Amino acid sequence: MPLEYRTQESRLNILGFWIFLGAEVALFATLFATYLVLFQRTGSGPTAAELFEVKDVLIETLLLLTSSFTCGLAIFEMRRGRMSGLIAWLLVTLLLGVGFITVEIREFIHYVHEGATMQTSAFLSSFFVLVGTHGAHVSVGIGWMILIIIQLLQRGFTPKTARKVFIVSLYWHFLDVVWIFIFTLVYLLGMVI
Amino acid sequence: MGANGHYESFPWKHIIGFLLSLVLTFAALWVALSSGLPLKAVIVIIVLFAIIQASLQLFLFMHVNESDSGKVQTFNMVYSFFIAVVVVAGSIWVMQFVL
Repeated sequence: MPLEYRTQESRLNILGFWIFLGAEVALFATLFATYLVLFQRTGSGPTAAELFEVKDVLIETLLLLTSSFTCGLAIFEMRRGRMSGLIAWLLVTLLLGVGFITVEIREFIHYVHEGATMQTSAFLSSFFVLVGTHGAHVSVGIGWMILIIIQLLQRGFTPKTARKVFIVSLYWHFLDVVWIFIFTLVYLLGMVI
Repeated sequence: MGANGHYESFPWKHIIGFLLSLVLTFAALWVALSSGLPLKAVIVIIVLFAIIQASLQLFLFMHVNESDSGKVQTFNMVYSFFIAVVVVAGSIWVMQFVL
Protein backbone atom coordinates (compact mmCIF):
# COMPACT_ATOMS: atom_id res chain seq x y z
CA MET A 1 0.00 0.00 0.00
CA PRO A 2 1.39 3.47 -0.87
CA LEU A 3 2.63 5.52 2.08
CA GLU A 4 -0.17 8.09 1.83
CA TYR A 5 -2.83 5.41 2.48
CA ARG A 6 -1.17 3.70 5.47
CA THR A 7 -3.00 5.37 8.37
CA GLN A 8 -6.76 5.54 8.71
CA GLU A 9 -6.52 9.30 9.31
CA SER A 10 -4.75 9.75 5.96
CA ARG A 11 -7.30 7.59 4.15
CA LEU A 12 -10.10 9.73 5.59
CA ASN A 13 -8.23 12.95 4.72
CA ILE A 14 -7.95 11.82 1.10
CA LEU A 15 -11.62 10.79 0.93
CA GLY A 16 -12.55 14.13 2.52
CA PHE A 17 -10.52 15.97 -0.08
CA TRP A 18 -12.40 14.21 -2.88
CA ILE A 19 -15.65 15.40 -1.30
CA PHE A 20 -14.21 18.93 -1.19
CA LEU A 21 -13.41 18.62 -4.91
CA GLY A 22 -17.06 17.67 -5.51
CA ALA A 23 -18.05 20.93 -3.80
CA GLU A 24 -15.54 22.80 -5.99
CA VAL A 25 -17.22 21.34 -9.08
CA ALA A 26 -20.51 22.80 -7.82
CA LEU A 27 -18.83 26.19 -7.20
CA PHE A 28 -17.38 26.34 -10.71
CA ALA A 29 -20.70 25.11 -12.17
CA THR A 30 -22.45 28.24 -10.85
CA LEU A 31 -19.75 30.46 -12.39
CA PHE A 32 -19.95 28.61 -15.73
CA ALA A 33 -23.75 28.92 -15.66
CA THR A 34 -23.51 32.67 -15.05
CA TYR A 35 -20.96 33.09 -17.83
CA LEU A 36 -22.85 30.99 -20.38
CA VAL A 37 -26.08 32.88 -19.69
CA LEU A 38 -24.40 36.30 -20.02
CA PHE A 39 -21.56 35.89 -22.50
CA GLN A 40 -23.48 37.35 -25.44
CA ARG A 41 -24.49 40.41 -23.37
CA THR A 42 -21.53 42.49 -24.47
CA GLY A 43 -23.17 45.94 -24.25
CA SER A 44 -20.93 48.54 -25.87
CA GLY A 45 -17.79 46.48 -25.08
CA PRO A 46 -15.93 43.94 -27.24
CA THR A 47 -17.34 40.48 -27.97
CA ALA A 48 -15.58 37.26 -27.04
CA ALA A 49 -14.59 36.67 -30.68
CA GLU A 50 -13.02 40.15 -30.90
CA LEU A 51 -11.13 39.76 -27.64
CA PHE A 52 -9.74 36.22 -27.44
CA GLU A 53 -6.47 35.26 -29.11
CA VAL A 54 -5.79 31.62 -29.98
CA LYS A 55 -2.05 31.86 -29.27
CA ASP A 56 -2.35 33.04 -25.63
CA VAL A 57 -5.07 30.50 -24.86
CA LEU A 58 -3.10 27.65 -26.39
CA ILE A 59 0.05 28.59 -24.43
CA GLU A 60 -1.93 28.67 -21.15
CA THR A 61 -3.62 25.35 -21.97
CA LEU A 62 -0.35 23.59 -22.81
CA LEU A 63 1.43 24.98 -19.71
CA LEU A 64 -1.32 23.81 -17.36
CA LEU A 65 -1.81 20.45 -19.09
CA THR A 66 1.93 19.73 -18.97
CA SER A 67 2.07 20.78 -15.30
CA SER A 68 -0.73 18.33 -14.52
CA PHE A 69 1.31 15.60 -16.26
CA THR A 70 4.52 16.46 -14.35
CA CYS A 71 2.54 16.55 -11.09
CA GLY A 72 1.41 12.98 -11.89
CA LEU A 73 5.04 12.01 -12.47
CA ALA A 74 5.90 13.49 -9.03
CA ILE A 75 3.41 11.10 -7.38
CA PHE A 76 4.76 8.25 -9.50
CA GLU A 77 8.27 8.98 -8.16
CA MET A 78 6.94 9.30 -4.58
CA ARG A 79 5.38 5.84 -4.81
CA ARG A 80 8.73 4.45 -5.91
CA GLY A 81 10.29 6.10 -2.85
CA ARG A 82 12.48 8.50 -4.82
CA MET A 83 12.69 11.82 -2.97
CA SER A 84 14.90 13.56 -5.54
CA GLY A 85 12.57 12.64 -8.42
CA LEU A 86 9.55 13.77 -6.42
CA ILE A 87 11.06 17.17 -5.54
CA ALA A 88 12.35 17.69 -9.09
CA TRP A 89 8.94 17.02 -10.71
CA LEU A 90 7.18 19.18 -8.11
CA LEU A 91 9.56 22.04 -8.96
CA VAL A 92 8.89 21.58 -12.70
CA THR A 93 5.15 21.60 -11.92
CA LEU A 94 5.56 24.82 -9.93
CA LEU A 95 7.54 26.47 -12.71
CA LEU A 96 4.88 25.59 -15.30
CA GLY A 97 2.19 26.84 -12.90
CA VAL A 98 3.99 30.16 -12.48
CA GLY A 99 4.33 30.34 -16.28
CA PHE A 100 0.59 29.76 -16.66
CA ILE A 101 -0.36 32.45 -14.14
CA THR A 102 2.11 34.93 -15.71
CA VAL A 103 0.61 34.47 -19.19
CA GLU A 104 -2.90 34.75 -17.73
CA ILE A 105 -2.13 37.99 -15.84
CA ARG A 106 -0.57 39.45 -18.99
CA GLU A 107 -3.70 38.40 -20.92
CA PHE A 108 -5.92 40.19 -18.36
CA ILE A 109 -3.75 43.35 -18.43
CA HIS A 110 -3.89 43.29 -22.24
CA TYR A 111 -7.71 43.13 -22.11
CA VAL A 112 -7.89 46.01 -19.64
CA HIS A 113 -5.66 48.13 -21.88
CA GLU A 114 -8.06 47.43 -24.74
CA GLY A 115 -10.86 48.85 -22.59
CA ALA A 116 -12.27 45.44 -21.64
CA THR A 117 -12.56 45.67 -17.85
CA MET A 118 -14.74 43.91 -15.30
CA GLN A 119 -17.16 46.87 -15.40
CA THR A 120 -17.49 47.02 -19.21
CA SER A 121 -20.24 44.45 -19.77
CA ALA A 122 -22.03 41.46 -18.27
CA PHE A 123 -19.91 39.25 -20.53
CA LEU A 124 -16.67 40.64 -19.10
CA SER A 125 -17.87 40.64 -15.48
CA SER A 126 -18.76 36.97 -15.68
CA PHE A 127 -15.61 36.20 -17.71
CA PHE A 128 -13.24 37.78 -15.19
CA VAL A 129 -15.05 36.18 -12.23
CA LEU A 130 -14.95 32.67 -13.75
CA VAL A 131 -11.43 32.73 -15.19
CA GLY A 132 -10.16 34.84 -12.25
CA THR A 133 -11.52 32.35 -9.71
CA HIS A 134 -9.62 29.60 -11.52
CA GLY A 135 -6.47 31.78 -11.61
CA ALA A 136 -6.83 32.45 -7.87
CA HIS A 137 -7.03 28.68 -7.31
CA VAL A 138 -3.82 28.18 -9.30
CA SER A 139 -2.10 30.90 -7.25
CA VAL A 140 -3.20 29.24 -3.99
CA GLY A 141 -1.94 25.93 -5.39
CA ILE A 142 1.49 27.43 -6.11
CA GLY A 143 1.81 28.74 -2.52
CA TRP A 144 0.52 25.44 -1.11
CA MET A 145 2.97 23.35 -3.15
CA ILE A 146 5.93 25.51 -2.05
CA LEU A 147 5.00 24.89 1.61
CA ILE A 148 4.68 21.14 0.98
CA ILE A 149 8.12 21.02 -0.66
CA ILE A 150 9.62 22.80 2.39
CA GLN A 151 8.00 20.22 4.71
CA LEU A 152 9.27 17.37 2.52
CA LEU A 153 12.82 18.71 2.74
CA GLN A 154 12.56 19.09 6.53
CA ARG A 155 10.75 15.85 7.41
CA GLY A 156 11.38 13.45 4.54
CA PHE A 157 8.93 10.66 3.65
CA THR A 158 6.42 9.99 6.41
CA PRO A 159 2.79 8.82 6.14
CA LYS A 160 1.83 12.45 6.86
CA THR A 161 4.03 14.22 4.32
CA ALA A 162 3.17 11.60 1.66
CA ARG A 163 -0.53 12.20 2.28
CA LYS A 164 -0.03 15.98 2.02
CA VAL A 165 1.85 15.64 -1.27
CA PHE A 166 -0.87 13.33 -2.62
CA ILE A 167 -3.65 15.77 -1.67
CA VAL A 168 -1.92 18.79 -3.20
CA SER A 169 -1.45 16.71 -6.37
CA LEU A 170 -5.19 15.98 -6.48
CA TYR A 171 -5.84 19.73 -6.13
CA TRP A 172 -3.41 20.51 -8.95
CA HIS A 173 -4.90 17.93 -11.36
CA PHE A 174 -8.34 19.29 -10.52
CA LEU A 175 -7.27 22.78 -11.64
CA ASP A 176 -6.52 21.32 -15.06
CA VAL A 177 -9.92 19.59 -15.11
CA VAL A 178 -11.57 23.01 -14.58
CA TRP A 179 -9.30 24.58 -17.22
CA ILE A 180 -10.35 22.00 -19.85
CA PHE A 181 -13.89 23.34 -19.51
CA ILE A 182 -12.74 27.00 -19.51
CA PHE A 183 -10.73 26.26 -22.68
CA THR A 184 -13.76 24.61 -24.31
CA LEU A 185 -16.76 26.59 -23.07
CA VAL A 186 -15.18 30.05 -22.71
CA TYR A 187 -12.40 30.34 -25.28
CA LEU A 188 -13.30 27.87 -28.07
CA LEU A 189 -17.02 28.64 -27.87
CA GLY A 190 -16.28 32.38 -27.69
CA MET A 191 -14.17 32.23 -30.83
CA VAL A 192 -16.80 30.21 -32.74
CA ILE A 193 -19.98 32.11 -31.91
CA MET B 1 -0.12 1.12 -9.86
CA GLY B 2 -2.75 1.15 -7.17
CA ALA B 3 -3.40 0.97 -3.46
CA ASN B 4 -2.86 -2.78 -3.52
CA GLY B 5 0.92 -2.47 -3.55
CA HIS B 6 1.52 -3.19 -7.22
CA TYR B 7 3.97 -0.67 -8.69
CA GLU B 8 4.79 -0.04 -12.32
CA SER B 9 8.35 0.69 -13.30
CA PHE B 10 7.42 3.16 -16.03
CA PRO B 11 4.60 5.77 -15.87
CA TRP B 12 2.67 4.43 -18.87
CA LYS B 13 -0.70 5.63 -17.58
CA HIS B 14 0.57 9.18 -17.26
CA ILE B 15 2.22 9.25 -20.68
CA ILE B 16 -0.83 7.79 -22.42
CA GLY B 17 -3.08 10.27 -20.55
CA PHE B 18 -0.84 13.19 -21.49
CA LEU B 19 -0.62 12.25 -25.19
CA LEU B 20 -4.38 11.66 -25.45
CA SER B 21 -5.01 15.01 -23.70
CA LEU B 22 -2.77 16.78 -26.22
CA VAL B 23 -4.55 15.08 -29.13
CA LEU B 24 -7.98 16.01 -27.72
CA THR B 25 -6.90 19.64 -27.11
CA PHE B 26 -5.66 20.12 -30.68
CA ALA B 27 -8.58 18.17 -32.15
CA ALA B 28 -11.03 20.44 -30.28
CA LEU B 29 -9.15 23.50 -31.52
CA TRP B 30 -9.30 22.23 -35.10
CA VAL B 31 -13.00 21.31 -34.89
CA ALA B 32 -13.84 24.75 -33.46
CA LEU B 33 -11.74 26.97 -35.72
CA SER B 34 -11.02 25.15 -38.99
CA SER B 35 -13.44 22.28 -39.59
CA GLY B 36 -16.29 24.39 -40.99
CA LEU B 37 -18.89 22.12 -39.34
CA PRO B 38 -22.25 23.62 -38.31
CA LEU B 39 -22.26 25.39 -34.93
CA LYS B 40 -24.37 22.77 -33.14
CA ALA B 41 -22.10 19.96 -34.28
CA VAL B 42 -19.02 21.93 -33.17
CA ILE B 43 -20.50 22.47 -29.70
CA VAL B 44 -21.45 18.81 -29.26
CA ILE B 45 -18.02 17.58 -30.40
CA ILE B 46 -15.88 19.97 -28.33
CA VAL B 47 -17.96 19.39 -25.17
CA LEU B 48 -17.63 15.64 -25.73
CA PHE B 49 -13.84 16.01 -26.12
CA ALA B 50 -13.73 18.05 -22.88
CA ILE B 51 -15.63 15.36 -20.96
CA ILE B 52 -13.31 12.64 -22.29
CA GLN B 53 -10.23 14.70 -21.36
CA ALA B 54 -11.57 15.41 -17.86
CA SER B 55 -12.16 11.66 -17.41
CA LEU B 56 -8.57 10.95 -18.48
CA GLN B 57 -7.34 13.34 -15.78
CA LEU B 58 -9.59 11.75 -13.15
CA PHE B 59 -8.75 8.13 -13.93
CA LEU B 60 -5.19 8.18 -15.31
CA PHE B 61 -3.69 11.09 -13.32
CA MET B 62 -5.78 11.32 -10.13
CA HIS B 63 -6.54 7.57 -9.76
CA VAL B 64 -10.06 8.42 -8.59
CA ASN B 65 -11.04 4.74 -8.40
CA GLU B 66 -8.03 3.50 -6.39
CA SER B 67 -8.00 2.72 -2.63
CA ASP B 68 -10.76 1.27 -0.44
CA SER B 69 -13.00 4.31 -0.97
CA GLY B 70 -12.49 4.33 -4.75
CA LYS B 71 -16.14 3.60 -5.45
CA VAL B 72 -17.31 6.35 -3.09
CA GLN B 73 -14.85 8.82 -4.66
CA THR B 74 -15.92 7.94 -8.19
CA PHE B 75 -19.61 8.22 -7.31
CA ASN B 76 -18.95 11.55 -5.56
CA MET B 77 -17.30 12.99 -8.68
CA VAL B 78 -19.93 11.58 -11.07
CA TYR B 79 -22.64 13.07 -8.87
CA SER B 80 -20.88 16.46 -8.72
CA PHE B 81 -20.66 16.50 -12.52
CA PHE B 82 -24.38 15.67 -12.66
CA ILE B 83 -25.04 18.69 -10.40
CA ALA B 84 -22.82 20.82 -12.67
CA VAL B 85 -24.76 19.77 -15.79
CA VAL B 86 -28.09 20.48 -14.09
CA VAL B 87 -26.93 23.94 -12.91
CA VAL B 88 -25.36 24.94 -16.24
CA ALA B 89 -27.92 23.49 -18.67
CA GLY B 90 -30.81 24.47 -16.40
CA SER B 91 -29.62 28.08 -16.17
CA ILE B 92 -29.14 28.39 -19.93
CA TRP B 93 -32.55 26.82 -20.58
CA VAL B 94 -34.44 29.02 -18.10
CA MET B 95 -32.67 32.25 -18.99
CA GLN B 96 -33.23 31.98 -22.73
CA PHE B 97 -36.89 32.88 -22.03
CA VAL B 98 -35.88 35.96 -20.01
CA LEU B 99 -33.04 37.63 -21.85
